[in-house]
This record gives sequence, structure tokens and C-alpha cells, in this order.
Amino acid sequence: MLADYGLIGLFFVVAILFSLVMVIIPIALRYLKIIPSNPNPIKESIFECGMETTGKTWVQFNFHYYFYALVFLALDVLVVFLYPWAVQLKQLGPFGLYVVLILVFIVFVGYIYAWKKKALEWK
Amino acid sequence: MVIPDFVLNAPLAMQVTPADWPGGYWWHWLFFTIIIIAFVLIMVMGVIYIERRGMGRMQSRLGPNRTGPFGLLQPVADAIKVLLKENIVPATADKVVHWLAPIIAFSPVLMIFAVIPFQNGALLADLNIGILYIIAVSSVATVGVFMAGWGSSNKYSLLGAMRNVAAIVSYEIPLALTIVGVIIFSGSLSMNQIVVAQDIPYILVQPLGFLLFFIAASAEINRSPFDLMEADSELTAGFHTEYSGMKFAMFYLVEYAEAIAMSAIITTLFLSGWRGPFLPPWLWFLIKTLVVFFVMVWTRTTLPRVRIDQLMALAWKFLFPLALVNLFITAIEVIFWPDISQWIFVGVNIVIAALLVILWSKLFKIGWGRLEV
Amino acid sequence: MGLEFAFWIMAVVMVGAAFAVLYLRNVFHAALALVLCFIAVAGIYVTLSADFLAAVQILVYVGAISVLIILGVMMTREVQKGNPVNKMRLPAAIVAVVLLGILVYVVTSTPWGISTQDPLTPTTMPLATKLFSENGFILPVEIGAVLLLAAILGAIVIIREKKK
Repeated sequence: MLADYGLIGLFFVVAILFSLVMVIIPIALRYLKIIPSNPNPIKESIFECGMETTGKTWVQFNFHYYFYALVFLALDVLVVFLYPWAVQLKQLGPFGLYVVLILVFIVFVGYIYAWKKKALEWK
Repeated sequence: MVIPDFVLNAPLAMQVTPADWPGGYWWHWLFFTIIIIAFVLIMVMGVIYIERRGMGRMQSRLGPNRTGPFGLLQPVADAIKVLLKENIVPATADKVVHWLAPIIAFSPVLMIFAVIPFQNGALLADLNIGILYIIAVSSVATVGVFMAGWGSSNKYSLLGAMRNVAAIVSYEIPLALTIVGVIIFSGSLSMNQIVVAQDIPYILVQPLGFLLFFIAASAEINRSPFDLMEADSELTAGFHTEYSGMKFAMFYLVEYAEAIAMSAIITTLFLSGWRGPFLPPWLWFLIKTLVVFFVMVWTRTTLPRVRIDQLMALAWKFLFPLALVNLFITAIEVIFWPDISQWIFVGVNIVIAALLVILWSKLFKIGWGRLEV
Repeated sequence: MGLEFAFWIMAVVMVGAAFAVLYLRNVFHAALALVLCFIAVAGIYVTLSADFLAAVQILVYVGAISVLIILGVMMTREVQKGNPVNKMRLPAAIVAVVLLGILVYVVTSTPWGISTQDPLTPTTMPLATKLFSENGFILPVEIGAVLLLAAILGAIVIIREKKK
């Protein structure tokens, strides 16, 4: 098993190197004078459909995004529980099914509450 | 140079590959590394051509047809063009993050292909948690997109990245839940085992699962009609507005590599992967992947872009509950009727899927999915 | 030996990333360093033959918690400068040193037993048997579900307060 992960690890290094090379090639070509490089203030300004940008970019954002991320985290952990169960389903039989039904039902209560309180609607 | 321990365990790795493959641990690694990178790059060029020409046909125009025979060299010309473009970085950008973003976005997509079987046993590493590995690795790409939106210091980019995060966060749950339905039938997480277990393609056994997976996958990789995180008319291309030249090409590559990866995953999970009569297995795999991609292009040209509230409502009020229902129906069938023919499940599941989809669309019509203003 | 090599790379990356989280002034950069730290932890799990746990580490920590942290960063006011130095510096240092001392003492004084058996592969099936079979950890699993429910309800409550 570790041999397989050795392959994955080596491939990970190759993937990083490959994307690094893809980004570095244009820099190398710039030094060889193949790619032009004439920066000026207008070119380096932020594109905003021709308007001058005003104010900071990194502003505080809508809290609703955070709500979705929190619910996602909870459901993600729930899904992780389901994976081993699904693999062993036939061996675990009806008992495992009831355990998982209770498990999902407990979390599902929160989901129904969110729907009822209209928290799932995008504002 | 340290000689790693796992060289000694090389026979272990060879168990997953047939004897006629080039032997040896390092050869195996080198061979598949080259195959995967070549596969991704060539397929990206191929599917860009298919998408542009196919969309042209569907919209009653020609599409690119000047470069080479039938415009076949258009992707090559585009690649050379972006390579020779000037590299512009905004003066106020967060430089380090701006440069790292394409790398962080691209490597996970490449990593997905490490466990996709091109034919029986022909994959880089047959992990016994294969599909979970794919979900885990593909979730890293979100960080890359967010870095791109943040590092550009552009308001549109950041907004696009935020929308992207919201969409991925919403659609990953139904995506992962529908996969559980497939695992229940296959009894294994390994991608190769899932294909071996598919005597009937799971698209027939899991029709609802396939539908939900296809929708969730399209949203997850920002394909139309769910591409509002890079909507040109609203956000001027979203998170990669400030990228030019090769770095832009990287994001373009990521987009299409993700589409190919998702097509390949759908092929493996639902269309019985490399299995098929007459033709060699790798050719079947290729054909099925391209067909799935073509269906993605088809939906893109057919359906209009959704609004963000519709996007979220679709994920949370349609896909998520139906994915759970599908999961438990599948589990009950497999536990209580383990011995009857799967063809009975095929009929039953198609009827259930049709009923559920019709029921839910009725519920949406009477206002369950609506935004109340 | 290859395993040891991999372990040391992961360990160095992990500790380096953890230090970067502490010392980077820009909060967003610190969050990214934390993501790197999470990935290195997943690598350590793989070297311990806990592949399922490694995938879950990436899925939950890199996929979900890092998104949560980054969105949390978006809520802060001074992203680029970070927290200003304040009076709590000395007490914080004392607490940190005491905690470090306790941890080092526990780690060094525990007699770690090393099993001579080969690790189980695949890990998924024994995990399922442990969690969901008749004599498995069913009650802890259900209590875990209650915890997840509490997280969802908490998120709803925060949203509702914002609306007023």
C-alpha cells in the first residue's frame, strides 16, 4: 500500500514542478527578449471596466458565505461517516442501516430547521 | 541519493498492473507520469476544439476553421499566442499569492488523473480509497481559485472567487452523497474495482444518482449554466480578470482539465469505464469520456445561466434531499434483496427517479424553492 | 529508509508552515500557510498507513476548515497588518511556555508501545465494523451527529441575529 502512495507522492512532486515550469517559461522568455515587457501605470492598474477604482478591495464580506461554509463543514463530516458504511454495507446488514438512518436523521433535523427559518435562501 | 524503501516493495505495486506492462516500480511511475501529462494536454486541446466547433454548429455558425485542416490547429495557435503575451501584474496586487495561485489551482487537477483507470489495472496507483482521494484532492483547487481572486486585488475577482467558494461548498455535498450510492453497489472505493464490479452500467442502476452527479459536477467545475462565478457580463471573467499570458492559460487549462477529469470520473462511476465489446478498452474509455464532455457542451449551449439565488436553491433544496433519498433507497434495496437480479432494480429505480424529479419540480412550482422578497 | 525520508520532508514542511502561521503579519498569508500545514499532516498520516484518515484530513481540513478560516479572514478589518502588539504579550508567552513544557513532558515520559504487527490494509472496512456494527462505537457516533446538529443550529442563530 505504501508503494502506491510513494507513486502518488512522486507524482505530486512532478505535478508541482510541471505547473511551476509552466509559470516560469514566460519569465525566461522575457529575459531572452522574446516576450515584450513595457509596463506603465495604466497597464498595471486594476481593471474595473474603465472606472478608477475607489476604496479598498479587501473589504468585509456578507456573513451569509460563512453560514454556508459552516453547514458545509458539518455535512462534510457526516458524509465522511457514510463512506466506510457504504463499503461494508452488505456485511453490516440492517443494523448498520438503522444506525446510519438515526445518524442522518439527527443532522437532517438541523437542515429542516434551516429550511423553515428561511436560512437557505440567498440574500 | 537515498534509495527509498519502497523500491524493495516494488512487487506490491506490480500486483495492480498486468504482467504485460513495462515492469519495475520506477518504469511504472515514469510511464504513467508521462502518459497522464500527455493525456491531459492533448485532451485539453481536443476538447477545446470540440467545444468551439460544436458550439458553433449549435449556434448556426462555423466556429474556428482557418488554422490547419478544419481548424484543427486552432488550439495550438492559441497556445503559442498566450505563451508570447506580455505578462501584466497589477501594481497593487498581492504578488506572491498572485503568482502561486495558478500553480495551486493546476496541480490538484493533475493529481486527480493518478487514480483514473485507462484500462484494466492501467493507472498510476490503484489506491483502495480511490474515489475518496479524488474528492479530497479536487477540494484543494478551491484554495487556488480563492488565492487568484484575492491576489489580484480586483473587486470583481474577489467577488467571483467568493461566488465560486459558495457554489463549490454547496455542490460538494450532493456530489459526495451520490457517489455513496455507487459505492453501495460496488462495495469498494477503488476506481478499478468500481469498474470491475459494473456488469450493468450504474447509469441504469442509479439513474437519479447519475442525474444529480452530472448537475453537481457541472456546477463544481463552473460549467454553464452554473458559470456565474466567471460571468463575463457581470464580473468581467471573475477570478482571473487580472491574469494575462501564460498564467491566464493555466486557468484556462484548469477549467478544461477539470471538465475532462469530471467526464472521466462520470465514465468510470456510471458508464462502466473501460468495459465494452469489440474495441480495445482504452478506446472505449476515451470515447465515453468524450461523449460525456459533449453532453456538457450541449447543456452549455441549451440552458441559460442561472441566478445566484437559484444556484443555491438548486443545491440545497433539490440536489441535497434527493441525494439522501437516493442513497437510502439504494441501501434498502441492497440490504433487503441482495440476491435478486439487478435488472429489477434498474426498472424500479428509473420509475422512482422519474417520480421524485416530477414531485420536486411541482414543489418548486408552488413556491418551495422560491426566494421570498 | 524511503519512509523515513518522506517523514522528515513532511515534518520539516509541517513545522516550517506552523512557524509561518505564527510569524506572517498578513492574516491571509498565515491562513495559506495553515493549509500547507494541514497537507503535510495528511502526508504524515499516509506514512503511518492511515490512508483513509489522510484523505479525510485533506477533505475536511483543506476542503472545509480552510475555507471557513479564509472566510473568517474576510471578516477581519486589518488583513494586511494583523493584530497590533498589545499588553497581553507577556502572559501569552508564559501560558505558551507552560503548555509546551507539559506537552514535551507527556510525550517524553509516556512509554510508547510499538506494535510488531503489520498495519491493516485496507483500513476502510475495519473502520466501518468498529463504527457501525453491534458492538461498535455507536453511541459516540450518534453523539458526534448531535455535535454536527449543534454546529448547524449555531450557524442559523448567527444568521438570524444579523437580520435584526
